[in-house]
Amino acid sequence: MSTDTTAPLLHASGVIMRFGGLTAVRNVELTVNPGEIVGLIGPNGAGKTTFFNCLTGLYVPTEGSVTYRGKVLPPKPHLVTAAGIARTFQNIRLFPNMTVLENVLVGGHTRTKEGLFSALLRGPGFKRAEKAARDKAMELLEFTGLAHKADHLSRNLPYGEQRKLEIARALASDPGLLLLDEPTAGMNPQETRATEELVFAIRDRGIAVLVIEHDMRFIFNLCDRVAVLVQGEKLVEGTPDTVQSDERVIAAYIGTPMEDDPGQAEAAEVEAAEAATRTGTPAAGTTTDEEEQR
Amino acid sequence: MNTTTGRPAVPAGTARVITAAGALATAGSTLLAWTYTSAYPGNLTVYGYPGGLQLLTLASGLITLALALAALGVKGLRWLAPAGTTKALRLSALAGLGTTWFTVVSIAATLGGLVHLEPGAWVAAAASAVPVAGAFLLPDDTRAPAATRELGSWAEILIIVAAFGAGLYVITYGIDTEYGELFTGYLITVGLTAAALSKSGLIARLNALTAKHRTVTVGAAFAAAAAFPFTQTSDQYTSVAANILIFATVALGLNVVVGLAGLLDLGYVAFLGVGAYAAALVSGSPASPFDVHLPFWAAVLVGATASLVFGVVIGAPTLRLRGDYLAIVTLGFGEIFRIAVNNMDGSSGPNITGGPNGVPNIPDLVILGYDFGQPHDIGGITLGRFANYYLLMLVFTAVVVLVFARANNSRIGRAWVAIREDETAATAMGINTFRLKLMAFALGAALAGLAGTVQAHVSYTVVPEQYLFAGPVPPNSAFLLAAVILGGMGTISGPLLGASLLYLIPAKLQFMQDYQLLLFGLALVLLMRFRPEGLIADRRKQLEFHEDTAPPTVPDQKTPDETAGLTKAGA
Repeated sequence: MSTDTTAPLLHASGVIMRFGGLTAVRNVELTVNPGEIVGLIGPNGAGKTTFFNCLTGLYVPTEGSVTYRGKVLPPKPHLVTAAGIARTFQNIRLFPNMTVLENVLVGGHTRTKEGLFSALLRGPGFKRAEKAARDKAMELLEFTGLAHKADHLSRNLPYGEQRKLEIARALASDPGLLLLDEPTAGMNPQETRATEELVFAIRDRGIAVLVIEHDMRFIFNLCDRVAVLVQGEKLVEGTPDTVQSDERVIAAYIGTPMEDDPGQAEAAEVEAAEAATRTGTPAAGTTTDEEEQR
Repeated sequence: MNTTTGRPAVPAGTARVITAAGALATAGSTLLAWTYTSAYPGNLTVYGYPGGLQLLTLASGLITLALALAALGVKGLRWLAPAGTTKALRLSALAGLGTTWFTVVSIAATLGGLVHLEPGAWVAAAASAVPVAGAFLLPDDTRAPAATRELGSWAEILIIVAAFGAGLYVITYGIDTEYGELFTGYLITVGLTAAALSKSGLIARLNALTAKHRTVTVGAAFAAAAAFPFTQTSDQYTSVAANILIFATVALGLNVVVGLAGLLDLGYVAFLGVGAYAAALVSGSPASPFDVHLPFWAAVLVGATASLVFGVVIGAPTLRLRGDYLAIVTLGFGEIFRIAVNNMDGSSGPNITGGPNGVPNIPDLVILGYDFGQPHDIGGITLGRFANYYLLMLVFTAVVVLVFARANNSRIGRAWVAIREDETAATAMGINTFRLKLMAFALGAALAGLAGTVQAHVSYTVVPEQYLFAGPVPPNSAFLLAAVILGGMGTISGPLLGASLLYLIPAKLQFMQDYQLLLFGLALVLLMRFRPEGLIADRRKQLEFHEDTAPPTVPDQKTPDETAGLTKAGA
C-alpha cells in the first residue's frame, strides 16, 4: 500500500459481493488517490466487473463499504454519478439512436438542472443552460477527437470511436474519478495507443482513473499502481514493476515476464486461461457478471 | 445505357415517350364515359366531363405525365424529380393503374358484369397499363439530388404555403369522400403518388425547406388546419374532423410515453376517460352529483389535474417494472378504470359516474358569449356546432404539439430517449430513471386529460364504453398505440397522420367493419416488415440518410436496418 499524504479519493474497504452461494468478490481493499491511474487486472471471471459494479452502485456490496472523498457512496447508480464517479461499460452501451452530441449531452444530465417547466416555458435561463451544455459537450468532443461527427448517430460510428464516445459521455458528468471497463477491448494497436494518450490527457485534467484491462502492455505503460484480482481476492498491489515480477501473479495470471516478446505473452495468457478453466470457478463467475449487468 | 440485364432492349428515350403518351392517354380517357348508367356512384356516364373516381385517374395521369416530361428533360419540370425519375414514374404509373383498374373492376362488380362497361372504361384500363410498362422498361436513374439552387426567402415561404394549401385540399378531399369506392380509390392514388414524390426526392426537398423555415411551416400547418371548416357546407364532415383531432391529440400525448420514454402503455385511453369524466362532472350536467358549473378553463384544469393525479397514482407503483410487465399492468389499469366507472352508479358503488348510463346532457360551451352549440356566420360561411368544437380542439392540439416539441428538445426529452435506448446506461449517466419515467407518464396523462375535457363537450355525454382497450370506434387504447406506431414513434406529424388514417379508414369503408381488427393486425404486421420506423421517420432515424459515409440514395425503407447491420458486423 502506498502511503500518500493526500486523502484518498476512493476507498473501498472489505468489499464482499455474494450471489447466492457464489462469492464473486472477497474482502477487497482498494484505494485511488487524486491524480492517479490505477489498473485492475485479473483473469476472466476474477470479479473485476462485479467489483466495478459495487463501486458504481449497480450492485450493493453484501459487506464492506465504499467511500468517495470521505463519504459513503449511496447505493443508487445515478447518485454515484452525481457524487462524481463516472464509468464506461465493458460491452459498449451508448444510446444507439441518439446523435453523438446528444449522447454527450445526456452524460451531462446531473450537472444541469433545467426541469420540465423550464423546457416548456423556454425562458432565457433555459436557452443559456442549453447553450452552456452544448458548448461543454462540443468541448469534450473536441477533446476526444469526435467533434466532426457530432451530428452522426452514435450507432454508425466505427468501433474505436464508439469507445471514445463512451469516455466523452462519462466525462460530461464532471467526474473526479473515471472508471474504465476494458477500454481497449477489440481495438487494434494504433487505437490502443490512442486510448493510452487519451487516458493520460484525462489524468492531466485532474481526473483520477481506475481501469480494468486485459492488455498487459497497455496497463503497465499506463498505470501508477496495479492491483491484481484472482478468484475474487486481491492477490497483490503495487507499481507495475512490482506486479510484473511478483511470483504469485506470474503463476496465477501472466505465466512468463512481459519483456521478452508479446507473442509469448499471448501464449502465456492462453495457458493461464486454460489453467483457470481447470480450476473451475472463473467461467461461472463471468456468466454471472454479464447477466447481472443487464 | 438503355437497359439492364433481363429487360427487353428499348432505348430509354423511347420508353419515356411511351410512358408520357400512356399517361396522356390515361388522363384523356377520363373524358369518355366509363359506364352507361348512373347507378354506379359518382356518375361516370358523361362525355367530356370527368366525375368521381375518374377525377382520381385524371390526377394521377397528369402527375405521371409531368414526371415523364421531367424524365424527357423538358425545361421547367426538372424540379419535380431531383433524385431521379424512374422509381417515381413506376410508382406514379402504378397509382394510375391501381385507381383505374379498381374503378373498372368495381363498376363491373357493383353493376353485375363486364357488360356494364362502356368502351371508355376499356380505353382507360388499356391506357393506364401503358405507362406502367414504359416505366418498368426504363433504366434506374436514381441519383444524389443536386445542390439546391438558392431561392429567395419569400419564394421558399411561398412554396411552403402552396404545399400546405395542396395538402389541405388533398386531406379535405379525403374527408369529404361520400362513398367507400371513392375513398378506396383515393387511398390508392394518394398513397402511391406520395410514395412516388418521395422517391423523386421532391418530399425530401420540401422537408429541407420546412426545416429551414420552422415558424412559417408551423404557422402554415395550423392555418391550413384552421381553414378546413371554412371549406365545408355542413356539419357532416366537420364532426369527423373534430373526432380525428381528438384522437390525434391523444395519440400525440401517448407518443410522449411510448415514443420518447419507451414505456409501453396499453391502458392509455383511461387517462382520456378521467379527463372527460372529471370535466363532465363539473360542467353542469344535470346527472352530475356535484352541483357545480365551472367555467371552461376551470373544467379544463380540473380534467387535466385529475388525469395527472391518476397518472402519478398508477405510475408510482407500476413504473418499477420494465417492458412486457409494464404493458400488462397498464392494460389492467385501463380495464380497472372502465369497470370502476361502470360500477359507480349508486347500486354497486357510490353514485358518482352514473354507471353504464354515464354523464349525459353536458351543456354546450359558452366562451366569452360565443355559444359553441349554435351555428355562427363568419365571413359568409356558416360554422356549425362541430366546426366550433373543431376550432377549439385545434387550439388544444396546438398546445399539445408545442408541449411535445419543447419537452422533446430539452434535457428532459433527451433523458427520456436515453432511458428508451438503454435504461442501465441512462442510470449510469446520472439519470434518475424512475423519476423521469414518472414524469413522462404524468405528462402523457395530463395531455390526454386535456383532450378529454373537450371530448366530453363534443360528444354531449361520456359513457364507460367510450374507453375500451379495443373497440370499433377510435380512440381506444389499441388504436391509439397503433396510430403512434403506424405514423412513426417520436415524431409529431406521425401520430397525427396515423390517427387520421385509423379514424378515416373504418369510418369510410363501412364494409370493413366486421374484419376491422383483423385487417389492422395484418396492416401492422406488414408495416413492421417493410417500414418498421413508421410512415414518418424520426429525425434521429432520418439522420441515417444524411451521413457522408452512407451511400447517397433516396430514402429507402430498408436502408436503416441494413446499414445498422453492416456497422455492427464491421465492428
